[in-house]
Amino acid sequence: MTHTSKRILMNKIIMTLSTLSAIIGMGFLFWILGVLVINGVDALSWNIFSQEGAPPGYENSGLKHALIGQLFLIGIATLVGVPLGILAGTYLSEYGQKSALAETIRDISDIMMSAPSIVIGAFVYAIIVAPMGHFSGWAGSIALTIIMLPIILRTTDDMLNLVPSTLREAAFALGAPKYKVIIQVVYRGAKAGILTGVLLGVARVAGETAPLLFTSFNDNFLNTNMNEPMASLTVTMYNYATSPYEDWQKLGWAAAFILSMFILALNVLGRLFLLKKKGK
Amino acid sequence: MSAIIDKIFAYSSKFIAVSILLLVAWIFTVLLQHSLESMATSGFDFVTQTKWAPNLEKFGALPAIYGSVISTFLAMILAVPLAIGVAIYLSELAPAKLKGPVGVSIELLAAIPSVIYGMWGLFYFVPIIRDHVGGIGISMLTAGIVLSIMILPFMAAVTRDAMNTTPDILKESAYALGGTKWDVIKDVIIPYAKAGIIGSFILALGRAIGETMAVTFVMGNVHQISTDLTAPATSIPVTLANEFTEADSGLYYSSLFELSLLLLVISFTIISIAKFYFLRRARIGQ
Repeated sequence: MTHTSKRILMNKIIMTLSTLSAIIGMGFLFWILGVLVINGVDALSWNIFSQEGAPPGYENSGLKHALIGQLFLIGIATLVGVPLGILAGTYLSEYGQKSALAETIRDISDIMMSAPSIVIGAFVYAIIVAPMGHFSGWAGSIALTIIMLPIILRTTDDMLNLVPSTLREAAFALGAPKYKVIIQVVYRGAKAGILTGVLLGVARVAGETAPLLFTSFNDNFLNTNMNEPMASLTVTMYNYATSPYEDWQKLGWAAAFILSMFILALNVLGRLFLLKKKGK
Repeated sequence: MSAIIDKIFAYSSKFIAVSILLLVAWIFTVLLQHSLESMATSGFDFVTQTKWAPNLEKFGALPAIYGSVISTFLAMILAVPLAIGVAIYLSELAPAKLKGPVGVSIELLAAIPSVIYGMWGLFYFVPIIRDHVGGIGISMLTAGIVLSIMILPFMAAVTRDAMNTTPDILKESAYALGGTKWDVIKDVIIPYAKAGIIGSFILALGRAIGETMAVTFVMGNVHQISTDLTAPATSIPVTLANEFTEADSGLYYSSLFELSLLLLVISFTIISIAKFYFLRRARIGQ
């Protein structure tokens, strides 16, 4: 065999292998999506949205408690995490810039984004659940806020950096104070990007289960008091899926389907905002 | 007036940014504080003993550490070749029409919460392992495979991004010299993007080792060290997820906090290596 034909053969082998691995990888992933859609759609019914949890075997059981609990947990985490994250990101991009302090904050946030979320749960357990003596919705929301903060901070920082400095200079030349320049010029220029960051941040924490296991815990009934243990879609899904009861498992699939669709929708929406911006 | 608002805005944003650092320091301190009791009682036995028996107040975390290491290792050896394949396909092979949609769907799949992967593993993958490989299906092997599938989209996406940093002009020069696609990949793209590719693998490793939900469903939380991969096992996050709400004594809690601290230190170290050593150099290379 000549050197050339050996190289061509080798090329064919590797190319086939990588196409094959792409097919295998995509196959697994679509298998999961398929299972999710088939089981999820099968389990969907009006009851899911109108009924609370019930003991296994009851016909009228639903996920209303988990859906509303999830909205509370994410809602409060978003209300707290987004403004704080944006403000901190603003510091990095507008004030700190390339200073050692700003760079350190960036590095630590990057690491925090990949840090195990269950550890955040343990931390919140130690500072809130243990002193209070009981699980609570607040504890869950705080855990989610801690996870969300670095994500919002880093995207805000990146997005503000994309705003051309000439815009800032023009505003300064008109005599505007820095905070006005930031709020009226920089934020406006980076609106779509910040919104994308917020959507992706919310999507990320919406799927978190581990930090909620021992902070907001779970509740089989509707509860809107943040001082009490609170149901979430993710923890409910975990408990129902690992139960031996078929109707509970079915509810688990419904929860999985609703949650995934919500998260995918946020991701797609976030991408569309960015695309629209790029298109301009 | 506006000078005052200006100051308030500047200082409050700085205050919040700095408090991120304080928060991280606080997390380490709190975990350390709560681990002290376990450290004083168990000492080094904590990481060398294999017996985890809360009823006897014996806490040896070696099985959990072993489980974390082996399941992550399994996940990596399964996911790395697949991720490289997918990345090569996406950056060099896929027809232009497929590149976009396949790339985006890989990224979207990376956004699916890990609890879904775990649930799928429990209902669809556990029976396959049980019927065709052996054991009860809940095992180290199942956990490794489910974990590998979970980190695959993330790993493939970042590996592709790293490969895509290779300037087209370098690739075109190699093609002009008569290189095949594989020649270009192994002699141009991989040498150029090496640091980025390795960095993204290590980043994925850092994520995998702290992953909880994808493995909790399928691992069994059994504290044993078994060379049989089809036997149930446990890992650090799995132990935490299963036992945190059950702990009934101070020492039990403290041991779980020491496990959390251990996990945080391990993943902080791994992610820092990826970030500071490989990914920073990759950035300079761009």
